[in-house]
Amino acid sequence: MDSHSHSHSQVDGSFDESHDSFSNNSFNESFIELDGVEKVFDVRKKTGFMRSERREVRAVDSISFRVARGEMVGYIGPNGAGKSTTIKMLTGILTPSGGRLRVAGIDPSRERTRLARRIGVVFGQRTTLWWDLPLIDSYKLMHRMYRIPDARYRENLDRCVELLELADLLDVPVRQLSLGQRMRGDIAAALLHDPEVLYLDEPTIGLDVISKARVREFLRDLNAERGTTVLLTTHDLQDIEQLCSRVMVIDHGRLMYDGPLTGLHEVGDSERTLVVDLERELPPVEVPSARVVRVEGPRQWLAFPASESAAPLVARIAAEYPLVDLSVREPDIEAVIAKMLHSMRDTPKPPPEQAERSGRAAS
Amino acid sequence: MGVGVAGAVKTGARGGRWTRDDWDDGPLGRWERVFDGVRTYRMIAAMWIRSTMAYRASFVMTTLGNFAATGLDFLAIVLMFSQIDRLGGYSLPEIAFLYGLSAIAFGTADLVVGSMDRLGRRVRDGTLDTLLVRPAPVLAQVAADRFALRRLGRITQGLMVLGYALLALDDVHWTVLKVLLVPVMVLSGGAIFCAVFVGGAAFQFVARDASEVQNAFTYGGATLLQYPPGLFAQDLVRGVTFVFPLAFVNWLPALYVLGRPYPLDLPEWVAFLPPLVAAGCCALAGLAWRAGLRSYRSTGS
Amino acid sequence: MRARLLRFGPDALGKAGVVGSGRLYAAVAAGGFRRYATYRAATLAGVFTNTVFGVILAYTYIALWDERPHLGGYDQSQALTYVWLGQALLTTMCVMGTGFEEELIERIRTGDIAIDLYRPADLQLWWLAQDLGRALFQLLGRGLIPFVLGAWLFDLSLPASPLTWLAFLVAVALGVLVSYSFRFLVALAAFWLMDGAGITQMAWLAGVFCSGMVLPLNVFPGVLGEVVRALPWAALIQAPADVLMGEADLLGTFAFQAGWAVALLGAGRLLQVVATRRVVVQGG
Repeated sequence: MDSHSHSHSQVDGSFDESHDSFSNNSFNESFIELDGVEKVFDVRKKTGFMRSERREVRAVDSISFRVARGEMVGYIGPNGAGKSTTIKMLTGILTPSGGRLRVAGIDPSRERTRLARRIGVVFGQRTTLWWDLPLIDSYKLMHRMYRIPDARYRENLDRCVELLELADLLDVPVRQLSLGQRMRGDIAAALLHDPEVLYLDEPTIGLDVISKARVREFLRDLNAERGTTVLLTTHDLQDIEQLCSRVMVIDHGRLMYDGPLTGLHEVGDSERTLVVDLERELPPVEVPSARVVRVEGPRQWLAFPASESAAPLVARIAAEYPLVDLSVREPDIEAVIAKMLHSMRDTPKPPPEQAERSGRAAS
Repeated sequence: MGVGVAGAVKTGARGGRWTRDDWDDGPLGRWERVFDGVRTYRMIAAMWIRSTMAYRASFVMTTLGNFAATGLDFLAIVLMFSQIDRLGGYSLPEIAFLYGLSAIAFGTADLVVGSMDRLGRRVRDGTLDTLLVRPAPVLAQVAADRFALRRLGRITQGLMVLGYALLALDDVHWTVLKVLLVPVMVLSGGAIFCAVFVGGAAFQFVARDASEVQNAFTYGGATLLQYPPGLFAQDLVRGVTFVFPLAFVNWLPALYVLGRPYPLDLPEWVAFLPPLVAAGCCALAGLAWRAGLRSYRSTGS
Repeated sequence: MRARLLRFGPDALGKAGVVGSGRLYAAVAAGGFRRYATYRAATLAGVFTNTVFGVILAYTYIALWDERPHLGGYDQSQALTYVWLGQALLTTMCVMGTGFEEELIERIRTGDIAIDLYRPADLQLWWLAQDLGRALFQLLGRGLIPFVLGAWLFDLSLPASPLTWLAFLVAVALGVLVSYSFRFLVALAAFWLMDGAGITQMAWLAGVFCSGMVLPLNVFPGVLGEVVRALPWAALIQAPADVLMGEADLLGTFAFQAGWAVALLGAGRLLQVVATRRVVVQGG
């Protein structure tokens, strides 16, 4: 326990300044509180016929953080890092093995149904809408299941329909909706009962550019106007960039970073890529603050720090070279995290304990 | 069981712009939870009925199919009686009486909670989680899942066979008690089978691939009860009387109605135990369900 | 269980084009075997259920043969042998469905079938190989244990001669072939029907009733008995059972099974050709 909190406070400590700027006004009113929350699973692995090995896996290993009312937080990490386990504990689906957890003052695992009225959950790839029925029917069920007062339901529905552009879809059976339409429909379904916090699991996965933009814009508005707290997991770095003032990175069940996205880029030293198409084949472009990483005919790839704006770079190239077309590629979120985790491991600090403590047991 | 807290304690205002104290109740009392469960069940079942009606032709066909499929068992008995006059000393109407009661009781349970044998699948594909984040009892949500009116086929078929039996039974001396016992049997029997379904689903929290084990007790049990207990080995009868009390669904009360000797030298009053046995089974199944759900919530998927 | 089975459709075939087709189909069959072998808990659960049903049926048959010894030409221990063979062969023969046909119907419904039809492997042979692998697994994994338990609990009439057992295995293999070719036809009907639910249900009904799962076919009275004994479903359980218990004329039984297999496979081939033309015309 001691070593966990120790290493954790170090993570927090190194980003104190940036952290304070957005949380000091609401620190007394932390809406989500985790203190040394743990989740330990017994995992059985087959090792042969009728034999298996039992291992204890710490899916979440002493995580502590606070989220203030109205914050929008990105929760990211490699697959299997413990993201969804955390979300499941926050929503009351899973009971923590240890630590203290409160959402809106409620212990989720003990008062799951009471909490359910105050939270909204969108599972990215699992729709909760009724497949064969018109979209509106799913909303009517929410109306009754959450016992939403009629006036409030109407008001919220109208608002969601307007902002998510659902008006023409309400009478369409859900099975006929596109992925993007369905995601918008799912988000609306999660908001009809005025949740104080919205958990989104991969809200933009598989969506086209326009749908992604629409979903993001809606979430921004929701947060700004209603002060809904939003916690989202994603693989899309743009989700985080456009929505979240704060990012938490989890790896092997432990919180590795908690702070603004810019800090993440600095820590991870990640780079974005500017792809330029020139009029003809030319020697590698020479500009400060970017380096050419690849040349293929008239097309060149330039890497530049992700924390810097692309605008001056583009202006400069446009001024000095015969530019035909260009595009900016965002760093892959996995790459950013991997780089960050790598650089953090290099800095000397108490070595993180084994995430898995294994013991053999025949069964 | 942790539901003892008196219900409807209003919680105070909690900051934020969107307080909803007008409709956010505190912890619910036991009866409110039951009421809430029934309400949830009705809502979800209604949604499934409307979903089915999106494919009306398919609904008609599967209902007829269900009716025919469940009738095959009785057809087998009729075929047997094309070769014999008595089976284990029982006439066709007597066996039809047992059969009808078993089919109606099982059919009712199948209609009400029959989809619970899909629980293992829901655990595997993670869709159970979507039910856990809703403010409604999970048991009611799972029980109403894929509610299918086509399952009325089995009940209809059972009612027809029972009707035949009642018309064809000529040496039964009906008393008020016997007449009353018939609906009591059907209801308690249905409740016992419901408990089997719920208990089986609870088992699937632990063994999620083993949904077929449940079939042995549900479908297997219903088949067993179609025949007179005298056909089976004493140990088997003992097992379904004292350990896994399916004998109370129809065997014991029906033998009382038919005026037939009981198996295992049981006293006559056991014929009137089905409501008590049903209540006990439901309580046990409820406990098993709680334990199963708790284990799921501590182990995850 | 089905939802968890990996998609093991003809997609895996592309890279195998160079391999000799015999080896290819052997690999597909091995895949079919492995695919079902993965689910050990489900198999165990199935074994348990088959055994329970076997016990229940066995007692009803004992009562029936008590009333009418030598009913249908069986003595009581033969009738009991029939019960346990039925439980052993139930999943092997896919009497209750849940074989490849659901997946094939789904591929037809979603249009993925168009991809399959352009592949170098033959649709009918591909699924046949897969189904043979499945049948072998279910014979060993799900059939053997209930049968052994049945033989331990009840007095069964089993042959001593290994040749009879060999003949029985031949009859089982021919039965699987008939079962497969019938289900292939059922699946292809999905090309012309809106959804496969209705036809699979009909197939289920016919299968359970006419295969002798509810009662041995030789107990069926009069004309009904003569009709069901001539239908293809008689090849699934009744034929192997009669071969095992020495109640059948071997060559006649094999010819009956093989005849239905050839006829149904031929019909399946024809339907496949028509369906392919239809897909090509519609452009997939």
